[in-house]
Amino acid sequence: MSAISRDDVAHLAKLARISMSDAELDHLAQEMDLILGAVARVQEVAASDVPPTSHPIPVNNIVREDVVRPSLTPQEALSGAPAQSEDRFKVPQILGEE
Amino acid sequence: MTSIKSSAADMAAALAAGTTTSVELTQLHYDRIAQVDEEVHAFLYLDKEGALEQAAAVDAKRQSGEELGPLAGIPLALKDVLAQKGVPTTCGSKMLEGWRPPYDATVVTRLKEAGVVILGKTNMDEFAMGSSTENSAYGPTHNPWDLTRIPGGSGGGSAAALAAFEAPLAIGTDTGGSIRQPAAVTGTVGVKPTYGGVSRYGLIAFSSSLDQAGPCARTVLDAALLHEVIAGHDERDSTSINAPVPQVVKAAKKLDVKGMKIGVVRELQGEGFQAGVLERFHDGLDALVSAGAELVEVSCPTFDYALAAYYLIAPSECSSNLARFDSMRYGIRVGDNGERSAEEVMKLTRHEGFGPEVKRRIILGTYALSSGYYDAYYGSAQKVRTLLMRDFAAAFAQADVLVSPTAPTTAFKIGEQVDDPLAMYLNDIATIPVNMAGIGGMSLPCGLASEDGLPVGFQIMSPAMRDDLMYQVGGTLEAALLAKWGAPILDKAPVLAAR
Repeated sequence: MSAISRDDVAHLAKLARISMSDAELDHLAQEMDLILGAVARVQEVAASDVPPTSHPIPVNNIVREDVVRPSLTPQEALSGAPAQSEDRFKVPQILGEE
Repeated sequence: MTSIKSSAADMAAALAAGTTTSVELTQLHYDRIAQVDEEVHAFLYLDKEGALEQAAAVDAKRQSGEELGPLAGIPLALKDVLAQKGVPTTCGSKMLEGWRPPYDATVVTRLKEAGVVILGKTNMDEFAMGSSTENSAYGPTHNPWDLTRIPGGSGGGSAAALAAFEAPLAIGTDTGGSIRQPAAVTGTVGVKPTYGGVSRYGLIAFSSSLDQAGPCARTVLDAALLHEVIAGHDERDSTSINAPVPQVVKAAKKLDVKGMKIGVVRELQGEGFQAGVLERFHDGLDALVSAGAELVEVSCPTFDYALAAYYLIAPSECSSNLARFDSMRYGIRVGDNGERSAEEVMKLTRHEGFGPEVKRRIILGTYALSSGYYDAYYGSAQKVRTLLMRDFAAAFAQADVLVSPTAPTTAFKIGEQVDDPLAMYLNDIATIPVNMAGIGGMSLPCGLASEDGLPVGFQIMSPAMRDDLMYQVGGTLEAALLAKWGAPILDKAPVLAAR
Protein backbone atom coordinates (compact mmCIF):
# COMPACT_ATOMS: atom_id res chain seq x y z
CA MET A 1 0.00 0.00 0.00
CA SER A 2 1.34 3.39 -0.78
CA ALA A 3 1.87 5.71 2.15
CA ILE A 4 1.15 8.80 0.17
CA SER A 5 -1.19 9.51 -2.72
CA ARG A 6 -1.04 11.98 -5.57
CA ASP A 7 -3.75 14.01 -3.83
CA ASP A 8 -1.66 14.09 -0.66
CA VAL A 9 1.24 15.52 -2.62
CA ALA A 10 -1.04 18.10 -4.23
CA HIS A 11 -2.17 19.15 -0.75
CA LEU A 12 1.43 19.38 0.49
CA ALA A 13 2.40 21.44 -2.56
CA LYS A 14 -0.47 23.79 -1.77
CA LEU A 15 0.72 24.12 1.84
CA ALA A 16 4.27 24.76 0.61
CA ARG A 17 3.06 27.31 -1.97
CA ILE A 18 4.55 25.54 -4.97
CA SER A 19 2.45 25.10 -8.08
CA MET A 20 3.06 21.73 -9.74
CA SER A 21 2.09 20.17 -13.04
CA ASP A 22 0.22 16.85 -13.14
CA ALA A 23 3.38 15.12 -14.30
CA GLU A 24 5.37 16.56 -11.40
CA LEU A 25 2.72 15.44 -8.90
CA ASP A 26 2.70 11.90 -10.30
CA HIS A 27 6.46 11.65 -10.23
CA LEU A 28 6.79 13.12 -6.75
CA ALA A 29 4.09 10.84 -5.31
CA GLN A 30 6.09 7.81 -6.42
CA GLU A 31 9.35 9.20 -5.06
CA MET A 32 7.79 10.24 -1.76
CA ASP A 33 6.45 6.76 -1.32
CA LEU A 34 9.93 5.29 -1.71
CA ILE A 35 11.62 7.89 0.49
CA LEU A 36 9.02 7.68 3.26
CA GLY A 37 9.31 3.90 3.17
CA ALA A 38 13.04 4.25 3.76
CA VAL A 39 12.95 6.90 6.48
CA ALA A 40 10.03 5.42 8.46
CA ARG A 41 12.49 3.02 10.10
CA VAL A 42 13.36 5.75 12.63
CA GLN A 43 10.24 4.51 14.42
CA GLU A 44 11.95 1.18 15.18
CA VAL A 45 14.27 2.76 17.75
CA ALA A 46 12.32 5.85 18.82
CA ALA A 47 11.12 4.46 22.15
CA SER A 48 8.80 6.53 24.31
CA ASP A 49 11.41 6.97 27.05
CA VAL A 50 13.92 8.65 24.69
CA PRO A 51 13.77 12.43 24.88
CA PRO A 52 13.91 14.32 21.56
CA THR A 53 16.91 16.47 20.59
CA SER A 54 16.19 19.54 18.48
CA HIS A 55 19.62 21.04 18.68
CA PRO A 56 23.14 19.66 19.18
CA ILE A 57 24.27 22.24 21.73
CA PRO A 58 22.33 23.35 24.77
CA VAL A 59 21.72 27.06 24.17
CA ASN A 60 18.57 29.05 24.71
CA ASN A 61 17.30 32.59 24.98
CA ILE A 62 20.48 34.35 23.94
CA VAL A 63 19.73 38.06 24.14
CA ARG A 64 21.72 41.21 23.53
CA GLU A 65 21.61 44.68 25.00
CA ASP A 66 18.69 46.65 23.62
CA VAL A 67 20.71 49.41 22.00
CA VAL A 68 20.42 51.07 18.61
CA ARG A 69 23.19 50.03 16.24
CA PRO A 70 23.90 50.60 12.55
CA SER A 71 21.74 48.58 10.16
CA LEU A 72 20.79 48.54 6.49
CA THR A 73 19.45 51.74 4.96
CA PRO A 74 16.03 51.47 3.27
CA GLN A 75 17.81 51.59 -0.10
CA GLU A 76 20.07 48.70 0.87
CA ALA A 77 17.20 46.67 2.30
CA LEU A 78 15.21 47.19 -0.88
CA SER A 79 18.14 46.61 -3.22
CA GLY A 80 17.11 43.03 -4.00
CA ALA A 81 13.36 43.60 -4.12
CA PRO A 82 11.58 42.43 -7.29
CA ALA A 83 9.45 45.60 -7.09
CA GLN A 84 9.43 48.62 -4.80
CA SER A 85 7.54 51.82 -4.30
CA GLU A 86 8.09 54.75 -1.92
CA ASP A 87 10.74 52.98 0.19
CA ARG A 88 8.57 49.91 0.54
CA PHE A 89 8.42 46.41 -0.89
CA LYS A 90 5.75 46.40 -3.59
CA VAL A 91 3.80 43.14 -3.60
CA PRO A 92 0.91 41.73 -5.60
CA GLN A 93 -2.58 42.05 -4.09
CA ILE A 94 -3.00 40.11 -0.88
CA LEU A 95 -6.68 40.55 -0.01
CA GLY A 96 -8.28 39.79 -3.36
CA GLU A 97 -10.36 42.23 -5.47
CA GLU A 98 -10.63 45.71 -4.05
CA MET B 1 59.58 29.13 -5.89
CA THR B 2 55.86 29.61 -5.28
CA SER B 3 53.44 28.27 -7.83
CA ILE B 4 49.71 27.64 -7.91
CA LYS B 5 50.52 24.16 -6.58
CA SER B 6 52.14 25.50 -3.39
CA SER B 7 50.36 25.26 -0.09
CA ALA B 8 48.77 28.40 1.32
CA ALA B 9 51.35 28.28 4.14
CA ASP B 10 54.19 28.34 1.59
CA MET B 11 52.51 31.13 -0.37
CA ALA B 12 52.20 33.09 2.87
CA ALA B 13 55.90 32.56 3.59
CA ALA B 14 56.78 33.80 0.11
CA LEU B 15 54.62 36.88 0.62
CA ALA B 16 56.27 37.56 3.97
CA ALA B 17 59.74 37.12 2.43
CA GLY B 18 58.83 39.49 -0.38
CA THR B 19 59.53 37.00 -3.18
CA THR B 20 56.00 37.45 -4.52
CA THR B 21 53.08 39.81 -4.07
CA SER B 22 49.41 39.20 -3.47
CA VAL B 23 48.55 40.86 -6.79
CA GLU B 24 50.93 38.49 -8.56
CA LEU B 25 49.51 35.44 -6.74
CA THR B 26 45.94 36.53 -7.41
CA GLN B 27 46.65 37.09 -11.11
CA LEU B 28 48.38 33.70 -11.30
CA HIS B 29 45.19 32.04 -10.05
CA TYR B 30 42.97 33.97 -12.46
CA ASP B 31 45.26 32.80 -15.27
CA ARG B 32 44.80 29.23 -14.10
CA ILE B 33 41.04 29.70 -13.87
CA ALA B 34 40.99 31.04 -17.43
CA GLN B 35 42.96 27.99 -18.50
CA VAL B 36 40.90 25.22 -16.88
CA ASP B 37 37.57 26.42 -15.53
CA GLU B 38 35.69 26.09 -18.78
CA GLU B 39 36.15 22.35 -18.30
CA VAL B 40 35.94 22.16 -14.50
CA HIS B 41 33.22 24.77 -13.92
CA ALA B 42 34.14 25.29 -10.29
CA PHE B 43 33.16 28.97 -10.30
CA LEU B 44 29.81 30.67 -10.79
CA TYR B 45 31.18 34.20 -10.55
CA LEU B 46 34.61 35.82 -10.55
CA ASP B 47 35.08 39.11 -8.71
CA LYS B 48 38.33 40.02 -10.44
CA GLU B 49 38.12 43.72 -9.76
CA GLY B 50 37.32 43.32 -6.05
CA ALA B 51 39.95 40.63 -5.56
CA LEU B 52 42.77 42.54 -7.24
CA GLU B 53 41.81 45.63 -5.25
CA GLN B 54 41.99 43.66 -1.99
CA ALA B 55 45.31 42.10 -3.09
CA ALA B 56 46.80 45.53 -3.85
CA ALA B 57 45.60 46.86 -0.50
CA VAL B 58 47.29 43.97 1.34
CA ASP B 59 50.51 44.49 -0.65
CA ALA B 60 50.48 48.18 0.25
CA LYS B 61 50.02 47.38 3.93
CA ARG B 62 52.86 44.88 3.81
CA GLN B 63 55.05 47.42 2.04
CA SER B 64 54.42 49.93 4.79
CA GLY B 65 55.43 47.39 7.42
CA GLU B 66 51.98 46.86 8.88
CA GLU B 67 51.41 43.74 10.97
CA LEU B 68 49.41 41.23 8.89
CA GLY B 69 47.59 37.98 9.66
CA PRO B 70 49.02 34.61 8.55
CA LEU B 71 46.78 34.37 5.47
CA ALA B 72 46.90 38.01 4.34
CA GLY B 73 47.11 38.18 0.57
CA ILE B 74 46.23 34.52 -0.06
CA PRO B 75 43.49 33.87 -2.66
CA LEU B 76 40.37 31.91 -1.71
CA ALA B 77 37.28 30.48 -3.40
CA LEU B 78 33.99 31.12 -1.58
CA LYS B 79 31.01 28.77 -1.74
CA ASP B 80 28.04 30.60 -3.22
CA VAL B 81 25.90 29.90 -0.14
CA LEU B 82 27.59 32.73 1.78
CA ALA B 83 26.48 36.32 1.35
CA GLN B 84 29.17 38.64 0.04
CA LYS B 85 28.19 42.29 -0.17
CA GLY B 86 27.59 43.47 -3.72
CA VAL B 87 28.69 40.18 -5.30
CA PRO B 88 26.09 37.92 -6.97
CA THR B 89 25.09 35.17 -4.53
CA THR B 90 22.82 32.49 -5.99
CA CYS B 91 23.10 29.42 -3.75
CA GLY B 92 23.16 27.48 -7.01
CA SER B 93 19.50 28.38 -7.52
CA LYS B 94 17.54 30.22 -10.16
CA MET B 95 15.54 31.63 -7.25
CA LEU B 96 18.37 34.02 -6.37
CA GLU B 97 19.61 34.74 -9.89
CA GLY B 98 21.04 38.25 -9.98
CA TRP B 99 20.74 38.87 -6.24
CA ARG B 100 23.54 40.96 -4.76
CA PRO B 101 23.48 40.81 -0.95
CA PRO B 102 23.48 44.16 0.87
CA TYR B 103 25.71 42.73 3.63
CA ASP B 104 28.60 40.35 4.30
CA ALA B 105 28.31 37.03 6.12
CA THR B 106 30.41 37.02 9.29
CA VAL B 107 32.73 34.46 7.66
CA VAL B 108 33.25 36.90 4.77
CA THR B 109 33.85 39.84 7.14
CA ARG B 110 36.52 37.82 8.95
CA LEU B 111 38.18 36.77 5.69
CA LYS B 112 38.31 40.37 4.53
CA GLU B 113 39.68 41.57 7.87
CA ALA B 114 42.38 38.89 7.66
CA GLY B 115 43.38 40.18 4.22
CA VAL B 116 42.28 37.02 2.42
CA VAL B 117 41.55 37.66 -1.27
CA ILE B 118 38.17 36.30 -2.40
CA LEU B 119 38.55 35.24 -6.05
CA GLY B 120 34.90 34.40 -6.65
CA LYS B 121 31.91 32.25 -5.79
CA THR B 122 31.91 28.50 -6.29
CA ASN B 123 29.29 26.17 -7.70
CA MET B 124 27.14 24.00 -5.46
CA ASP B 125 24.04 21.86 -5.36
CA GLU B 126 21.02 24.13 -5.17
CA PHE B 127 20.63 25.46 -1.62
CA ALA B 128 23.34 22.94 -0.60
CA MET B 129 21.07 19.94 -1.18
CA GLY B 130 22.94 17.17 -2.92
CA SER B 131 26.09 15.08 -3.05
CA SER B 132 27.28 15.69 -6.60
CA THR B 133 26.83 19.40 -7.53
CA GLU B 134 24.52 18.15 -10.30
CA ASN B 135 21.61 19.93 -8.61
CA SER B 136 23.09 23.35 -9.41
CA ALA B 137 20.75 25.38 -11.62
CA TYR B 138 23.88 26.52 -13.47
CA GLY B 139 25.18 23.12 -14.58
CA PRO B 140 27.43 20.59 -12.86
CA THR B 141 31.04 20.95 -11.73
CA HIS B 142 33.46 18.35 -13.10
CA ASN B 143 35.96 16.41 -10.98
CA PRO B 144 39.53 17.42 -11.92
CA TRP B 145 40.59 13.76 -11.56
CA ASP B 146 38.20 12.71 -14.32
CA LEU B 147 36.02 15.34 -15.95
CA THR B 148 33.23 12.83 -16.57
CA ARG B 149 32.81 12.34 -12.82
CA ILE B 150 31.17 14.29 -10.02
CA PRO B 151 33.28 16.39 -7.60
CA GLY B 152 30.98 15.54 -4.69
CA GLY B 153 28.48 17.90 -3.19
CA SER B 154 27.09 20.11 -2.22
CA GLY B 155 30.42 21.95 -2.16
CA GLY B 156 31.77 20.42 -5.36
CA GLY B 157 32.86 23.79 -6.72
CA SER B 158 35.06 24.61 -3.73
CA ALA B 159 36.68 21.15 -3.70
CA ALA B 160 37.23 21.10 -7.48
CA ALA B 161 38.78 24.59 -7.38
CA LEU B 162 41.38 23.27 -4.92
CA ALA B 163 42.07 20.06 -6.81
CA ALA B 164 42.45 21.96 -10.11
CA PHE B 165 44.81 24.49 -8.46
CA GLU B 166 42.39 27.33 -9.16
CA ALA B 167 42.64 28.40 -5.50
CA PRO B 168 44.79 27.26 -2.54
CA LEU B 169 41.96 27.74 -0.03
CA ALA B 170 38.18 27.57 -0.13
CA ILE B 171 35.19 27.88 2.16
CA GLY B 172 32.51 25.21 2.24
CA THR B 173 29.45 24.46 4.32
CA ASP B 174 28.52 21.06 5.69
CA THR B 175 24.97 20.03 6.66
CA GLY B 176 25.34 16.28 6.10
CA GLY B 177 28.78 16.00 4.51
CA SER B 178 28.96 18.84 1.96
CA ILE B 179 32.53 19.78 2.89
CA ARG B 180 33.91 16.32 3.69
CA GLN B 181 32.48 14.18 0.87
CA PRO B 182 33.67 16.58 -1.90
CA ALA B 183 37.09 16.65 -0.19
CA ALA B 184 37.13 12.84 -0.20
CA VAL B 185 36.34 12.42 -3.89
CA THR B 186 38.72 15.17 -5.06
CA GLY B 187 41.77 14.26 -2.95
CA THR B 188 41.61 17.42 -0.85
CA VAL B 189 41.13 18.29 2.84
CA GLY B 190 37.81 19.48 4.25
CA VAL B 191 36.77 20.23 7.82
CA LYS B 192 33.36 20.58 9.41
CA PRO B 193 34.06 22.39 12.68
CA THR B 194 32.05 21.77 15.82
CA TYR B 195 28.51 23.12 15.39
CA GLY B 196 28.53 26.68 16.71
CA GLY B 197 32.28 27.01 16.16
CA VAL B 198 31.88 29.18 13.05
CA SER B 199 29.15 31.82 12.71
CA ARG B 200 26.16 31.04 10.51
CA TYR B 201 25.29 34.73 10.07
CA GLY B 202 24.95 35.31 6.33
CA LEU B 203 25.07 31.60 5.53
CA ILE B 204 21.86 31.02 3.58
CA ALA B 205 20.08 28.49 5.78
CA PHE B 206 19.20 24.97 4.66
CA SER B 207 18.92 23.08 7.95
CA SER B 208 19.77 25.43 10.79
CA SER B 209 20.50 22.84 13.47
CA LEU B 210 22.98 21.06 11.16
CA ASP B 211 24.56 23.73 8.90
CA GLN B 212 28.16 24.64 9.60
CA ALA B 213 30.73 26.53 7.51
CA GLY B 214 34.31 25.32 7.46
CA PRO B 215 37.69 25.38 5.76
CA CYS B 216 38.68 23.50 2.58
CA ALA B 217 42.34 23.21 1.55
CA ARG B 218 44.98 20.92 0.08
CA THR B 219 46.82 20.37 3.38
CA VAL B 220 45.77 19.92 7.00
CA LEU B 221 47.87 22.91 8.13
CA ASP B 222 46.27 25.16 5.50
CA ALA B 223 42.82 24.10 6.71
CA ALA B 224 43.88 24.89 10.29
CA LEU B 225 45.15 28.36 9.34
CA LEU B 226 41.85 29.11 7.62
CA HIS B 227 39.86 27.57 10.49
CA GLU B 228 41.39 30.04 12.95
CA VAL B 229 40.55 32.97 10.67
CA ILE B 230 36.84 32.17 10.40
CA ALA B 231 36.06 30.58 13.80
CA GLY B 232 35.02 32.23 17.04
CA HIS B 233 32.02 33.67 18.79
CA ASP B 234 29.66 35.97 16.90
CA GLU B 235 26.83 37.67 18.72
CA ARG B 236 24.87 37.83 15.45
CA ASP B 237 24.44 34.03 15.53
CA SER B 238 22.51 32.93 18.62
CA THR B 239 23.89 29.39 18.29
CA SER B 240 27.50 30.54 18.17
CA ILE B 241 29.57 29.06 21.01
CA ASN B 242 31.04 31.69 23.32
CA ALA B 243 34.32 29.95 24.14
CA PRO B 244 37.93 30.16 22.98
CA VAL B 245 38.60 28.70 19.52
CA PRO B 246 40.40 25.33 19.78
CA GLN B 247 44.10 25.75 18.91
CA VAL B 248 43.97 23.90 15.62
CA VAL B 249 47.12 25.36 14.00
CA LYS B 250 49.25 24.27 16.93
CA ALA B 251 47.56 20.84 16.83
CA ALA B 252 48.13 20.45 13.06
CA LYS B 253 51.86 21.03 13.62
CA LYS B 254 52.24 18.53 16.46
CA LEU B 255 52.82 15.50 14.20
CA ASP B 256 52.54 13.18 17.16
CA VAL B 257 49.82 10.68 18.08
CA LYS B 258 51.78 8.49 20.50
CA GLY B 259 49.44 7.01 23.07
CA MET B 260 46.30 8.42 21.43
CA LYS B 261 43.32 6.12 21.15
CA ILE B 262 41.74 5.97 17.71
CA GLY B 263 38.21 4.54 17.69
CA VAL B 264 37.35 2.62 14.52
CA VAL B 265 33.58 2.72 14.07
CA ARG B 266 32.32 -0.79 13.36
CA GLU B 267 29.12 0.40 11.67
CA LEU B 268 30.97 2.59 9.13
CA GLN B 269 32.72 -0.07 7.09
CA GLY B 270 31.83 -3.29 5.36
CA GLU B 271 28.58 -3.54 3.43
CA GLY B 272 28.01 -0.69 0.99
CA PHE B 273 31.65 0.43 1.05
CA GLN B 274 33.76 -0.05 -2.09
CA ALA B 275 36.62 -2.53 -1.57
CA GLY B 276 39.27 -0.04 -2.72
CA VAL B 277 37.93 2.54 -0.28
CA LEU B 278 38.29 0.10 2.62
CA GLU B 279 41.82 -0.88 1.51
CA ARG B 280 43.04 2.71 1.59
CA PHE B 281 41.20 3.34 4.86
CA HIS B 282 43.14 0.44 6.39
CA ASP B 283 46.39 1.92 5.03
CA GLY B 284 45.50 5.02 7.01
CA LEU B 285 44.89 2.96 10.14
CA ASP B 286 48.23 1.20 9.68
CA ALA B 287 50.00 4.55 9.33
CA LEU B 288 48.47 5.77 12.58
CA VAL B 289 49.50 2.59 14.39
CA SER B 290 53.05 2.97 13.05
CA ALA B 291 53.03 6.52 14.39
CA GLY B 292 52.27 5.18 17.87
CA ALA B 293 48.49 5.40 18.13
CA GLU B 294 46.38 2.62 19.55
CA LEU B 295 43.30 1.36 17.67
CA VAL B 296 40.14 0.44 19.51
CA GLU B 297 36.99 -0.83 17.85
CA VAL B 298 33.89 1.08 18.91
CA SER B 299 30.28 0.35 18.16
CA CYS B 300 27.66 2.98 17.43
CA PRO B 301 24.51 0.93 16.78
CA THR B 302 22.22 3.91 16.11
CA PHE B 303 24.39 5.00 13.13
CA ASP B 304 22.32 2.57 11.04
CA TYR B 305 19.38 4.92 11.59
CA ALA B 306 21.24 8.22 11.13
CA LEU B 307 20.56 8.56 7.41
CA ALA B 308 16.82 7.99 7.87
CA ALA B 309 16.65 10.50 10.72
CA TYR B 310 18.66 13.03 8.72
CA TYR B 311 16.28 12.77 5.77
CA LEU B 312 13.45 13.78 8.09
CA ILE B 313 15.18 16.50 10.11
CA ALA B 314 17.00 18.24 7.26
CA PRO B 315 13.96 18.40 4.93
CA SER B 316 11.76 19.55 7.82
CA GLU B 317 14.08 22.43 8.63
CA CYS B 318 14.51 23.10 4.90
CA SER B 319 10.76 23.36 4.31
CA SER B 320 10.61 25.96 7.05
CA ASN B 321 13.77 27.87 6.10
CA LEU B 322 13.00 28.04 2.39
CA ALA B 323 9.59 29.57 3.07
CA ARG B 324 11.49 32.87 3.01
CA PHE B 325 11.80 32.61 -0.76
CA ASP B 326 8.39 34.13 -1.33
CA SER B 327 9.18 36.46 -4.27
CA MET B 328 8.38 39.53 -2.17
CA ARG B 329 11.67 40.90 -0.75
CA TYR B 330 14.47 39.42 -2.84
CA GLY B 331 15.01 36.84 -5.55
CA ILE B 332 13.01 36.37 -8.72
CA ARG B 333 9.29 37.03 -9.12
CA VAL B 334 7.31 35.12 -11.73
CA GLY B 335 3.87 35.79 -13.18
CA ASP B 336 3.11 39.14 -11.55
CA ASN B 337 0.79 40.50 -14.23
CA GLY B 338 -1.11 42.91 -12.00
CA GLU B 339 -4.06 40.52 -11.82
CA ARG B 340 -2.72 37.57 -9.87
CA SER B 341 -2.75 37.48 -6.07
CA ALA B 342 0.42 37.42 -3.99
CA GLU B 343 -0.19 33.75 -3.23
CA GLU B 344 -0.52 32.84 -6.91
CA VAL B 345 2.65 34.73 -7.76
CA MET B 346 4.43 33.02 -4.87
CA LYS B 347 3.38 29.57 -6.12
CA LEU B 348 4.45 30.30 -9.69
CA THR B 349 7.78 31.74 -8.51
CA ARG B 350 8.55 28.75 -6.31
CA HIS B 351 7.57 26.40 -9.14
CA GLU B 352 10.01 28.11 -11.48
CA GLY B 353 12.74 29.09 -9.01
CA PHE B 354 13.30 25.74 -7.25
CA GLY B 355 14.79 22.64 -8.88
CA PRO B 356 13.52 19.05 -8.43
CA GLU B 357 15.64 18.10 -5.39
CA VAL B 358 14.71 21.25 -3.47
CA LYS B 359 11.02 20.68 -4.21
CA ARG B 360 11.33 17.04 -3.17
CA ARG B 361 12.80 18.05 0.18
CA ILE B 362 10.32 20.85 0.81
CA ILE B 363 7.43 18.45 0.19
CA LEU B 364 9.02 15.73 2.33
CA GLY B 365 9.62 18.21 5.16
CA THR B 366 6.12 19.63 4.89
CA TYR B 367 4.79 16.10 5.24
CA ALA B 368 7.04 15.21 8.19
CA LEU B 369 5.95 18.34 10.05
CA SER B 370 2.24 18.14 9.27
CA SER B 371 -0.20 17.37 12.05
CA GLY B 372 -0.94 13.68 12.34
CA TYR B 373 2.53 12.69 11.08
CA TYR B 374 4.73 14.92 13.23
CA ASP B 375 5.30 12.44 16.07
CA ALA B 376 5.79 9.44 13.81
CA TYR B 377 8.34 11.16 11.56
CA TYR B 378 9.94 14.36 12.83
CA GLY B 379 9.46 13.44 16.49
CA SER B 380 10.96 9.97 16.00
CA ALA B 381 13.89 11.44 14.09
CA GLN B 382 14.61 13.80 16.99
CA LYS B 383 14.73 10.82 19.32
CA VAL B 384 17.18 9.08 17.01
CA ARG B 385 19.28 12.22 17.29
CA THR B 386 19.41 11.74 21.07
CA LEU B 387 20.47 8.11 20.60
CA LEU B 388 23.20 9.15 18.14
CA MET B 389 24.58 11.60 20.68
CA ARG B 390 24.59 8.85 23.29
CA ASP B 391 26.47 6.56 20.88
CA PHE B 392 29.09 9.24 20.35
CA ALA B 393 29.39 9.92 24.07
CA ALA B 394 30.00 6.22 24.74
CA ALA B 395 32.51 5.96 21.89
CA PHE B 396 34.43 9.05 22.98
CA ALA B 397 34.68 7.53 26.45
CA GLN B 398 36.82 4.82 24.85
CA ALA B 399 38.75 6.83 22.24
CA ASP B 400 40.16 10.33 21.68
CA VAL B 401 38.89 10.52 18.10
CA LEU B 402 36.78 8.26 15.89
CA VAL B 403 37.63 7.32 12.31
CA SER B 404 35.93 5.88 9.22
CA PRO B 405 36.07 6.20 5.45
CA THR B 406 34.52 9.58 4.53
CA ALA B 407 32.39 8.30 1.67
CA PRO B 408 31.40 4.76 0.73
CA THR B 409 32.67 5.05 -2.85
CA THR B 410 35.01 7.08 -5.02
CA ALA B 411 33.61 9.68 -7.44
CA PHE B 412 30.85 8.29 -9.64
CA LYS B 413 29.95 9.36 -13.17
CA ILE B 414 27.95 12.52 -13.76
CA GLY B 415 24.35 11.44 -14.38
CA GLU B 416 24.78 8.02 -12.79
CA GLN B 417 22.66 8.60 -9.67
CA VAL B 418 20.71 11.68 -10.62
CA ASP B 419 17.39 9.83 -11.04
CA ASP B 420 17.70 7.79 -7.86
CA PRO B 421 17.44 10.04 -4.78
CA LEU B 422 17.81 7.17 -2.32
CA ALA B 423 21.07 6.00 -3.92
CA MET B 424 22.32 9.59 -3.90
CA TYR B 425 21.50 9.98 -0.20
CA LEU B 426 23.71 6.98 0.66
CA ASN B 427 26.83 8.99 -0.26
CA ASP B 428 26.53 10.76 3.08
CA ILE B 429 26.07 7.67 5.23
CA ALA B 430 29.39 8.11 7.06
CA THR B 431 29.34 11.89 7.34
CA ILE B 432 25.77 12.51 8.58
CA PRO B 433 26.17 11.25 12.20
CA VAL B 434 28.72 14.04 12.83
CA ASN B 435 26.22 16.76 11.87
CA MET B 436 23.44 15.16 13.88
CA ALA B 437 25.58 15.30 17.02
CA GLY B 438 27.14 18.69 16.28
CA ILE B 439 30.71 17.41 16.67
CA GLY B 440 33.77 18.04 14.48
CA GLY B 441 34.69 16.06 11.37
CA MET B 442 37.59 16.15 8.92
CA SER B 443 38.32 14.37 5.65
CA LEU B 444 41.81 14.01 4.24
CA PRO B 445 43.11 11.90 1.37
CA CYS B 446 44.42 8.41 2.22
CA GLY B 447 45.32 7.15 -1.26
CA LEU B 448 43.80 6.04 -4.54
CA ALA B 449 41.37 3.13 -4.86
CA SER B 450 42.91 0.19 -6.70
CA GLU B 451 39.83 -0.36 -8.91
CA ASP B 452 39.66 3.10 -10.46
CA GLY B 453 42.68 5.13 -9.36
CA LEU B 454 40.44 7.75 -7.76
CA PRO B 455 41.01 9.42 -4.38
CA VAL B 456 39.68 8.03 -1.11
CA GLY B 457 38.88 10.11 1.97
CA PHE B 458 39.75 9.26 5.57
CA GLN B 459 37.37 10.76 8.11
CA ILE B 460 38.39 11.82 11.63
CA MET B 461 35.71 12.80 14.14
CA SER B 462 36.43 14.70 17.33
CA PRO B 463 34.28 15.60 20.34
CA ALA B 464 32.53 18.97 20.37
CA MET B 465 34.99 21.87 20.76
CA ARG B 466 37.95 19.47 20.60
CA ASP B 467 38.54 20.22 16.91
CA ASP B 468 42.25 20.33 17.78
CA LEU B 469 42.26 16.54 18.19
CA MET B 470 41.19 15.84 14.60
CA TYR B 471 43.82 18.29 13.35
CA GLN B 472 46.47 16.58 15.45
CA VAL B 473 45.58 13.13 14.10
CA GLY B 474 44.99 14.46 10.56
CA GLY B 475 48.31 16.31 10.46
CA THR B 476 50.18 13.23 11.66
CA LEU B 477 48.44 10.93 9.21
CA GLU B 478 49.04 13.34 6.33
CA ALA B 479 52.77 13.52 7.10
CA ALA B 480 53.05 9.74 7.38
CA LEU B 481 51.28 9.15 4.07
CA LEU B 482 53.26 11.87 2.31
CA ALA B 483 56.49 10.21 3.44
CA LYS B 484 55.21 6.91 2.02
CA TRP B 485 53.99 8.39 -1.29
CA GLY B 486 56.91 10.76 -1.83
CA ALA B 487 54.66 13.44 -3.37
CA PRO B 488 51.25 14.99 -2.70
CA ILE B 489 48.34 12.94 -4.00
CA LEU B 490 47.17 15.71 -6.34
CA ASP B 491 50.38 15.27 -8.35
CA LYS B 492 48.78 12.04 -9.54
CA ALA B 493 45.60 13.68 -10.88
CA PRO B 494 45.94 12.82 -14.55
CA VAL B 495 43.88 15.47 -16.25
CA LEU B 496 44.97 18.82 -14.93
CA ALA B 497 48.10 18.40 -12.82
CA ALA B 498 50.33 18.10 -15.88
CA ARG B 499 49.30 21.45 -17.34
